[in-house]
Amino acid sequence: MNTSSSLLRRRKLTQVAIFGFFRLSAAINGIALLVVVYFLVAKGWRAINWTFLTQPPKEAMTEGGILPCIVGTLCLSLGAILVALPIGVASAIYLNEYASPGRLLRAIRVGINNLAGVPSVVFGLFGLAFFVVWLKMGVSILAGSLTLGVLTLPVIIGSSEEALRSVPDTYREASLGLGATKWQTIYRVVLPAALPGILTGAILGISRAAGETAPIMFTAAVFYTPSLPTSIFDEIMALPYHIYVLATAGTEIEATRHLQYGTALVLIVLVLGLNLIAIIYRARLQRRM
Amino acid sequence: MAKGSQTGKSRQRREGAISFFFFFVALTSITILTLIVVFLFWEGLPIFSKVSVHDFLFGRYWYPTDDPADFGIFSLIVASLAVTAMSAVISIPLGVMTALYLAESASARLREWVKPIVELLAALPSVVIGFFGMVIVAPFLQEIFDIPTGLNLFNASLMLAFMSVPTICSISEDAIYSVPLELKEASLALGAPQWETIARVILPASLSGISTAIILGMSRAIGETMVVLMIAGGAAQLPSSIFDPVRPMPASIAAEMAEAPFRSDHYYALFATGVVLFVFTLLFNLVSEHISNKYRQVGAATL
Amino acid sequence: MEHSLKIKIKNLDFYYGDFKALHDISMDIYANQVTAFIGPSGCGKSTLLRCLNRMNDLIPIIRVEGQILPDDQNINDPNVDVVTLRHNVGMVFQKPNPFPKSIFENVAYGLRVNGIKDKAYIANQVEKSLIQAAIWDEVKDRIHDSALGLSGGQQQRLCIARALAIEPEVVLMDEPASALDPIATQKIEELIHQLKKSYTIIIVTHNMQQAARVSDITAFFYLGKLIEVDDTKTLFTKPKLQQTEDYITGRFG
Repeated sequence: MNTSSSLLRRRKLTQVAIFGFFRLSAAINGIALLVVVYFLVAKGWRAINWTFLTQPPKEAMTEGGILPCIVGTLCLSLGAILVALPIGVASAIYLNEYASPGRLLRAIRVGINNLAGVPSVVFGLFGLAFFVVWLKMGVSILAGSLTLGVLTLPVIIGSSEEALRSVPDTYREASLGLGATKWQTIYRVVLPAALPGILTGAILGISRAAGETAPIMFTAAVFYTPSLPTSIFDEIMALPYHIYVLATAGTEIEATRHLQYGTALVLIVLVLGLNLIAIIYRARLQRRM
Repeated sequence: MAKGSQTGKSRQRREGAISFFFFFVALTSITILTLIVVFLFWEGLPIFSKVSVHDFLFGRYWYPTDDPADFGIFSLIVASLAVTAMSAVISIPLGVMTALYLAESASARLREWVKPIVELLAALPSVVIGFFGMVIVAPFLQEIFDIPTGLNLFNASLMLAFMSVPTICSISEDAIYSVPLELKEASLALGAPQWETIARVILPASLSGISTAIILGMSRAIGETMVVLMIAGGAAQLPSSIFDPVRPMPASIAAEMAEAPFRSDHYYALFATGVVLFVFTLLFNLVSEHISNKYRQVGAATL
Repeated sequence: MEHSLKIKIKNLDFYYGDFKALHDISMDIYANQVTAFIGPSGCGKSTLLRCLNRMNDLIPIIRVEGQILPDDQNINDPNVDVVTLRHNVGMVFQKPNPFPKSIFENVAYGLRVNGIKDKAYIANQVEKSLIQAAIWDEVKDRIHDSALGLSGGQQQRLCIARALAIEPEVVLMDEPASALDPIATQKIEELIHQLKKSYTIIIVTHNMQQAARVSDITAFFYLGKLIEVDDTKTLFTKPKLQQTEDYITGRFG
């Protein structure tokens, strides 16, 4: 009796300790996120004012604002989604609606999974060799958008496929049973029902593209441009690259700290804001289902 | 029944064309993957007319701008493996335990909070994490460990770990969640406490999924660029301590590509480094895919 | 009363992969009658029903041998246009499955996908179908509201209206009342009775009382074989085979 009660107590202690570790791990993630956001906000918010958001950099980038970077990042991430969304949704439609199981489907899936695993700097090399050099686009918004688009493609395919999968089969049966063709069924019933999920994926895709640095280093972004872009063949400044440049290669790294913090804060507000929108939107969708 | 048989033919043709169109678009991913391979090799292979594959991979010296230049990326490979392994030591327990927390112990309310936090952590741009590691973590490490620089292998691994935790956590959680309920109940009904059920039933049953998660997390870490570029310290040397500065492959490519003259030996060497990096991540991905295909758990019966 | 032959099923075999789900089925289905398929679950009755509008085509691993001949055309012929076929053979499913669109758009859907653009005709056809399906009075004031706001029984009658709107010749019903409460079920059964004046109806049901109440002809299936088919009254009162009797008296199944 005595031994069994001490065994019980030991088991209970172990239980509490182990679950304590689990809780601690989960908490560390939250703390890490909080610490990063806290430091960026605490040190960055003073840099942010109207001039900072609406003026180009001045005095060899030690003063002034980051307007060209904001514009550049918006151009690049919107360009990326323009490339990735149609291709991604169409790929997902093939995979979920048309493809029949077999070697070919497996090969396509392996291709997508491996594309998702390609390091971002390798996308940068590819963009440089293929879009910039071989297709003669030069270092430009176009080349950068295409590179980022290719990088976002697996994200869009994945989220679109999930959205299509969540459309109940009974909708498809009902539509086909009424004499609709497969394409009519997809276009009129399946896609409208999947649209919210696809849009959530698109928002996440934009935010992913907006935060990437390595793929645009050799394909689109430059240190400094005096004016805002006027065509898709222009070089461009971008928020992530601007942070990197100011923090590592500027002439006055210490003197521009406040600008670095400010730029980083603008970038994470943009990226985390888009993610929050997607997360909240998705939660509301799930509740409605 | 005869009505519409004329339009039937053209309708079938149109449907066939539409289906072919989607098939064609779906090939984009494979096509791009192929193009990536082709162009990496195209721009990378010429370096091997200057150095042998063996000297390139195992050469100790990376002095690409010296005359004569040395193109040995061994220290870069070792640095990449070192930061990846080191970050795995941190990210695996953290990621798997967070997944266990989410799947086995958190209340529904807390899950609703923790899951988005993990997602937001995944969404933090790498350049921001790099910046944070550089301006906050590095001085801190330098001070408490009394080391010459806070920009080193340890700092980079720490930051990389936080980038791979979300990957490891979310894929592991799926695996743990898909362990059939009857298995858990069977163990609990036999009087096993919950943690023993986790250790003896749930972890073994979801091992293949967790392995996949870990490998993909490590693949993310080895390919991550901005973090190692900004905080690994940048010294192309073999590390002898975890506080030594190193220069992993992605950092080398990102830092030097801007200065390497177009289609110079240096340029080719950087592309060849890209090939090596690509091969590493490809291997990681193929292994994880193999594991998840081979050990796919269908139901309780297949255990 | 004589009824004309509508569908002739001849020596039909059906395979799911290696599993033979239907064995050598032959039977006739007559116009303006209600034919019921009964039998324990897994007996193949739904599979047979779904052969009649080739709904099984959605499953990639099936194989069909034998013939189904509505009006002398073999529908398993690869040259048959399934879209036209399904236009002529409407279907109502086990669970009500309205689209997440308005009531009006649900009923109009079949017309629109068949290329009809005439607004007045569509509106007229929608109203006619909703009246036929005995749901018009309940929905006429909120015809542009979402169909998902209707009750289960109303949704099922809406689905029937949706199937009727394209004026099929045959209506297949796969356990149309199994997900409904008794009052809604009764409404559906009354409706079936009305509809047979204009359509040929085939209904799958596991509920023998329902088969006895609504059908003119009943076919009993067991393990993929057609055991007995006869006048509903005869089958339920004087079945020829012991197996049928055992089933309808509840001794097995």
